[in-house]
Amino acid sequence: MGSCKQCPVSCSAGLTEVGLPTDVRGAHDYVVALAGNPNTGKSTVFNHLTGLRQHTGNWPGKTVARAEGVFTHGARRFKLVDLPGTYSLLADSVDEEVARDFVLFGRPDCTVVVCDATLLERNLHLVLQILKITDRVVVCANLIDEADRKRIALEARVLERELGVPVVPTAARVGQGLDHLVEHIHQVASGQAGSQPERVRLDPEVESAVEELSAELLQLIPALPCPRWVAIRLLDGDERMERALLNGELERLANAARPTPGDEVAA
Amino acid sequence: MSIPMSHMKLGQRGQVLDLTACGAMRHRLLDLGLVPGADIERVMDSAGGDPVCYRVRGAMIALRNQDAGRIRVAVDG
Repeated sequence: MGSCKQCPVSCSAGLTEVGLPTDVRGAHDYVVALAGNPNTGKSTVFNHLTGLRQHTGNWPGKTVARAEGVFTHGARRFKLVDLPGTYSLLADSVDEEVARDFVLFGRPDCTVVVCDATLLERNLHLVLQILKITDRVVVCANLIDEADRKRIALEARVLERELGVPVVPTAARVGQGLDHLVEHIHQVASGQAGSQPERVRLDPEVESAVEELSAELLQLIPALPCPRWVAIRLLDGDERMERALLNGELERLANAARPTPGDEVAA
Repeated sequence: MSIPMSHMKLGQRGQVLDLTACGAMRHRLLDLGLVPGADIERVMDSAGGDPVCYRVRGAMIALRNQDAGRIRVAVDG
């Protein structure tokens, strides 16, 4: 990470805290996060997309392993960041905290959620949580060959309609469907695809509490991304979120992820 | 008839009624799919009897008896 700090286009050191790549923007056009439950073939997808153009390290300040790589599509370069495999973003563990921080504060141009097509019901839990934070999502229904073998038919179109984001069936292990995946990633990352993710309706009582708390959070931390989601987490008794709010970490991350033009590189 | 999930017999099936667990453990159990109405089956016991393998909404999950004890279920038959 040493060269990043000398880079004139680099943002403040706070960005490295969420693990957002700080190379010169010209080196890649889009940042894509790769999320998903463990055992969904996420690593296979990652390896197929990036080939040998990847390197591994650690998330800053944490012992969780991190892999990032690059792939090109047409004239565009995509930086792919492999998030730890998690069942949810409720941050009960360091893995989930890392994944949550990257999606929430790092604001990737597109988040791909790799799912096991034979176990969609369980995998959709993470998809729905991610959809509460960002609508720039592509669902990768992997292990479609396993689904065929188990005689499970995936109705990708129906799922797409219900979720409001692209659903791409793949069998990464044999390289099937990955070209479609890349195409959809490009469309979502470049803002070409208009997605309309489903909005969960809350109880009126809960809804007004969420609105009230969101407003107060925004007053406290104007740069906070997804105040509504943070409000829901706090009302749900999310201890890590509470702590992050009380010890100023939330504010720090929110401000770090929004550099103003002409920011000096932190010493 | 509702019993703690840890009291299910091997091979028995049922549905989750509610969780008495709270805090981080409650979140973890919900994340794993143990929500009210979920179909469950006690599939396999480990050699020491703890943890136990259950099928929850199609997925295999190992739960410690202490945690399964905080889930109330309705069993079939």
